[in-house]
Amino acid sequence: MTQAVDSKAKQAPLPDERGHFGPFGGRFVAETLMLPLDELNAAYQKYLQDPEFQAELDRDLASFVGRPSPLYFAERWSREAGGARIYLKREDLNHTGAHKINNTVGQALLAKRMGKTRIIAETGAGQHGVASATIAARLGMECVVYMGAEDIKRQAINVYRMRMLGAEVVSVESGSKTLKDALNEALRDWVTNVDNTFYIIGTVAGPHPYPVMVRDFQTIIGREARQQILELEGRLPDALVACVGGGSNAIGLFHPFIDDEAVELYGVEGGGDGVETGRHAAPLCAGSSGVLHGNRTYLMEDSDGQITETHSVSAGLDYPGVGPEHAWLKDSGRATYVAVTDSEAIEAFHHLTHTEGIIPALESSHALAYVANLAPQMGKDKIIIINLSGRGDKDMHTIAQLEGIQQ
Amino acid sequence: MSRIQQRFADLQSAQKKALIPFITAGDPQPDVTVPTLHAMVSAGADLLEVGVPFSDPMADGPVIQAACERALKHHVTLHKVLDMVSDFRRNDDKTPVILMGYLNPIEVWGYAAFARAAADAGVDGVLTVDMPPEEAAEFTAAMKENAIDTIFLLAPTSDDARMQKVSEAASGFIYYVSFKGVTGANQLDVSSVATKLKQLRRHTTLPVGVGFGIRDAETAGQVAEIADAVVVGSVLVNQIAGLAGTPGAIPAALATTVADLRAGIDKAV
Repeated sequence: MTQAVDSKAKQAPLPDERGHFGPFGGRFVAETLMLPLDELNAAYQKYLQDPEFQAELDRDLASFVGRPSPLYFAERWSREAGGARIYLKREDLNHTGAHKINNTVGQALLAKRMGKTRIIAETGAGQHGVASATIAARLGMECVVYMGAEDIKRQAINVYRMRMLGAEVVSVESGSKTLKDALNEALRDWVTNVDNTFYIIGTVAGPHPYPVMVRDFQTIIGREARQQILELEGRLPDALVACVGGGSNAIGLFHPFIDDEAVELYGVEGGGDGVETGRHAAPLCAGSSGVLHGNRTYLMEDSDGQITETHSVSAGLDYPGVGPEHAWLKDSGRATYVAVTDSEAIEAFHHLTHTEGIIPALESSHALAYVANLAPQMGKDKIIIINLSGRGDKDMHTIAQLEGIQQ
Repeated sequence: MSRIQQRFADLQSAQKKALIPFITAGDPQPDVTVPTLHAMVSAGADLLEVGVPFSDPMADGPVIQAACERALKHHVTLHKVLDMVSDFRRNDDKTPVILMGYLNPIEVWGYAAFARAAADAGVDGVLTVDMPPEEAAEFTAAMKENAIDTIFLLAPTSDDARMQKVSEAASGFIYYVSFKGVTGANQLDVSSVATKLKQLRRHTTLPVGVGFGIRDAETAGQVAEIADAVVVGSVLVNQIAGLAGTPGAIPAALATTVADLRAGIDKAV
């Protein structure tokens, strides 16, 4: 590819009008959903421009979610690491404890304006399910959350939270009984109840317009971070680091910086037992291109195109696909994707807890673990922002079990 | 003229409607599939739909999901499905065979290479549930080059614009999904299907098959009155599930059901 073509490609607005990020993205669904997706896209485009909708969203983000979230200087950790100055974007302080709520508030307000009375969602760790049940309770909408039977066992507290909020949690018994199967089941519900039902997808994947719509609702993270770092340091950061499952918190942080080419972007995938073992959840690092859940992207799949099982200590990263914009950012070279193992993430989890008095989610701990290596390699005048996408309360049970086994 | 076109032309001159049974390849085990296909043809099937197992069958209800899981336990890959079609073709070079499944196994193989292999095996048409015409240009071209028909779905949510788009991309026949839902659900409403088919016929001269929700001779007959082809899947797959412990009995049992459906269709038209 010539330089001229390359720079032109970077300038072209992405995605195109049918949701393509280069070869990735698009809309690969059964016919029944094609027109409803057109309707969703039309409504989304309309309300994106609507000052009243935006004002209501801003009000909710401020008074219900608790935005803006702080940009916190991790002073002790930075000093100890001996390199770059490390900042944490505190999405863990949002209502319900993670970045997920930024998106569910946006989509639920859209659902209400489209006249839908019922919302459905898929969930893995339960954070997106809780965020969906929360906004459904506030808006007085019926809410059904699909969750793999295996995840229901692993995340009992979040199941209880969703039920307390009035949601119906449906246990998905098919396939590997995890997040991908919950997504399949949510799609089956949607195709059946499409007239009155709005499907709130929790990440930047799925058929167009979901990847771009979820991204837009999550870019509040990066817009705030950009303004905050300019106020605190008077300049842009040198690197942004975020964990990547489906990739919504990462795209939310990265996107407002994509044109700032001096800012390095690092996405950290769930390396499980190590990418070389095959037991991981790192499609960008070790997968290949394919089509699943409505979009073309990098997947964990076998040579016959069957989707393979993933492994990560963090349920939120335990997904065989990734948002198509990340696939594009990888292939275009704009972002770098790496993997961190379960044990490295757990070490980073403990380290932040001890050093800064902040208990991070296991998902976000993957980003922390990468920075533990990256920061010392950078000069003391450099700046890193990590998206601390969620808090670790939900992971107490997992950590306790792991420590119990180790004792 | 392709086998599919020929078969519909023959049926039309005989004033008959097509019966298209569906089974998942390799369910409950690989050696059952080809004998079952032959048995269904003998019992009155006009075209055959062979399901390609996939790990994530998003548009299917529990019956066909379970069939995929049974077949995948035996590692029934797309390559093995083509081997089964080749095997079937040794004793039947007339009955059209349509592969039905999801895009990813074909995507990973590569459209052109798959199309050549499928044509060599004797496949006549391909229906990929999760690929609408908007995404299908390259795929359709590869199939066309190998004389494989591309069958697309239409649904109750499809408007005139979508009917037109699908009619332009489709060849062989068009598959109308009778209700909003997944395979195997029980929501068939024949009069609303009839209204939609009338609308569709303004956009296409291709034969129209109707599937989803057809569970017995009576509903098959009702659909045959308004469509060119009747597709029956979950009822047959459910029967296979019940006989998984005695797989030798599957071909004869499905032949009985297919004969019953055939009678229902022939009685109605």
